[in-house]
Amino acid sequence: MTPRTRLQITAAAPDPALLDLPWDVPLADWPADQLAALPRGISRHTVRFARLSGRVIAIKEIGETVAYREYELLRQLSKLDVPSVDPVGVITGRTAPDGEPLEAVLITQHLRFSLPYRALFSQSLRPDTATRLIDALAVLMVRLHLAGFYWGDVSLSNTLFRRDAETFAAYLVDAETGDLHDTLTDGQRGYDLEVARVNIIGELMDLQAGEFLEEEVDAVAIGEMLVDRYQELWTALTTAESFGLDERWRVQARIERLNDLGFDVGELDITTDLDGTTVRIQPKVVDAGHHSRRLMRLTGLDVQENQARRLLNDLDQYRAATDRQNDDETFVAHDWLTEVFEPAVRAVPRALRPKLEPAQVYHELLDHRWFLSERKGRDVPMREAVTSYVEDILPERPDEESVLGVSAADLREDPDVVGVPQD
Amino acid sequence: MATVTFDKATRVYPGTERPAVDALDLHIEDGEFLVLVGPSGCGKSTSLRMLAGLEDVNAGRILIGDRDVTDVQPKDRDIAMVFQNYALYPHMTVADNMGFALKIAGTPKAEIRTRVEEAAKILDLTQYLDRKPKALSGGQRQRVAMGRAIVRQPRVFLMDEPLSNLDAKLRVQTRTQIASLQRRLGVTTVYVTHDQTEALTMGDRIAVLKDGLLQQVGTPRDMYDTPANVFVAGFIGSPAMNIGTFPLTDGVAKVGSASIQVPRDALGTLAADDNNSITIGFRPEALDVVPQGTPDSIPVSVNIVEELGSDAFVYGSLVGDAGAAEVRSGAGDSQVIVRVDPRQVPAKGETINVRIRTGEQHLFHAGSGERIAL
Repeated sequence: MTPRTRLQITAAAPDPALLDLPWDVPLADWPADQLAALPRGISRHTVRFARLSGRVIAIKEIGETVAYREYELLRQLSKLDVPSVDPVGVITGRTAPDGEPLEAVLITQHLRFSLPYRALFSQSLRPDTATRLIDALAVLMVRLHLAGFYWGDVSLSNTLFRRDAETFAAYLVDAETGDLHDTLTDGQRGYDLEVARVNIIGELMDLQAGEFLEEEVDAVAIGEMLVDRYQELWTALTTAESFGLDERWRVQARIERLNDLGFDVGELDITTDLDGTTVRIQPKVVDAGHHSRRLMRLTGLDVQENQARRLLNDLDQYRAATDRQNDDETFVAHDWLTEVFEPAVRAVPRALRPKLEPAQVYHELLDHRWFLSERKGRDVPMREAVTSYVEDILPERPDEESVLGVSAADLREDPDVVGVPQD
Repeated sequence: MATVTFDKATRVYPGTERPAVDALDLHIEDGEFLVLVGPSGCGKSTSLRMLAGLEDVNAGRILIGDRDVTDVQPKDRDIAMVFQNYALYPHMTVADNMGFALKIAGTPKAEIRTRVEEAAKILDLTQYLDRKPKALSGGQRQRVAMGRAIVRQPRVFLMDEPLSNLDAKLRVQTRTQIASLQRRLGVTTVYVTHDQTEALTMGDRIAVLKDGLLQQVGTPRDMYDTPANVFVAGFIGSPAMNIGTFPLTDGVAKVGSASIQVPRDALGTLAADDNNSITIGFRPEALDVVPQGTPDSIPVSVNIVEELGSDAFVYGSLVGDAGAAEVRSGAGDSQVIVRVDPRQVPAKGETINVRIRTGEQHLFHAGSGERIAL
């Protein structure tokens, strides 16, 4: 074998195990035992998933310049705290044993508990699942655009979804065509949206052509829904509003409205006209993650926005139930964490933990307890709900930590997943 | 189809002072293939994105046909960005892959089929229309992606370095395909590249940009034969032109140990900032190897000979100190490149005498770098 002397690895935290992968073989020919069988989206490049030191990495063959560029962009996006996959590194200088040069690769970390759209949009697609996925993508696009990122190729294939309580959170997977700017022009945002609309419709029509998705589903309407959702959210987050000086309560109302949408206001521009009778406000800096930040501050739990919303509600109920409204919130939160949340999540046997993220498990437990209570006509305590959930519900769920060895079609949204099993 | 006009179009990025594109005036004819070329940061991609509607135009305007599109959203400009995304849908037939954008737009089925069939004929894909992309070769798949843009019948095609991702061999193939396809379709096309060979081989006309300023626009022949300034002279052509700045003594330029007579008309145009010097350019292929002692001949000491079969190039240094350090070429500073008869290559270390063929020297002002027109 030709020595791989020119192999060059660029990585922020290189893992020596990277050297053990067969870089002298074109990715398309990698032996099955190196690969993790994750469902793949539509890509113009060869993409494979491999196991590395107990985790899963995604490897994409791509031109050298583009590989370095995308690596750098993904690093910048991570720093900006935009939901995106984490880059692991770039490998160049690959050669086959016969000396033939092979394409460079970009390596990213596989996002744990993430689901590709093909696993979610399927035969049994319920209208609200489509809505929730599109909402998640709209939020992601707004966040990217607020950060000055022009995507250039928005599509479902370039996005991964994670469960976030009853909704989804979307992550950017492919930044190849993207650019980071100080601010985006309306043209860039508009073009990104148009590309997204056309790509989404195309991807759904493709699922229909492959009979993975029912003919009746209106692909065009779903694509257009993205545009509407995006516009709504963008307007809510960025437009200026004017009102009379006697309506100053509207400043606080605007901030609360943004908080409800999951955003914090980092900077609000307030101007009054010359005679001081009208006030004009416009959010200048908004940061997503209002609820997840609050939960993090109170409990140290790092979860997604809607999971955080759900946990915070439960925390509020705990506070009311234990009659501690006047206690310091952080003390109550600490007690809720150790007395309620942690025991419930720990009750899940280790073998079942790759099924769902702990916060998602807790969200489902809350749902399950509600269903049980309703069915039994009494208030079911958490301990009882956990037992029932671990016995009857969770074992039926597919492992979603890294969707391995499962064909996408087997990962349909099951309408009964959070319900009570039929006796 | 339509003309495209940049009318003093300017883009200044927020927080910067120098425009990325500075008052660009450029008129592109209906059906023309225009290539924007220049080094990185010259403003070529920004110009294309202004036309696409992705960059704001801070001053001036842009027209497609007679329509001012300066403030029109990208999707309403009737343009197609080719190669932005050429992932094909695996479950759709080739015909559906090409026509789905029309389906989204609500075009009647019969019309979609007609347009897809027309495009397929041009792209040599007719027999594959009912197959799935999996059954196609790489090149065919790429043509399907192009077909997607063609069936939309846009007024202008925009291409931003579409070949940069391909390996060298496929790049040359695809280059020819795009150029011949464009001619068959006759759709106005604006193409961005940093590669002057791509520009020369593909464009009806080429626009060279540098630092946001248009340097010259013309046919590949114009750019090669009469570059407007030293920058264009050095940028267009491969191997690059030899360019040197030489002091003048009594109307004679001192080139190494040789002297070259400068035409009187040229001497008459010299300005104060030329500092009694002149910039002379001569292409590697504009030199004849001549016997020692021939008038106006330049001795060159051979450093390396590069043999390419059909051609051979000598990389050498001018003999004699004076001025030698100011010559540059594609091979670097103080090097000159000479194309020689591949059947009579000199040896390394030898000195050859070369003379610029009559009428094939390029004269530029040493101060401004502008061409001295004669």
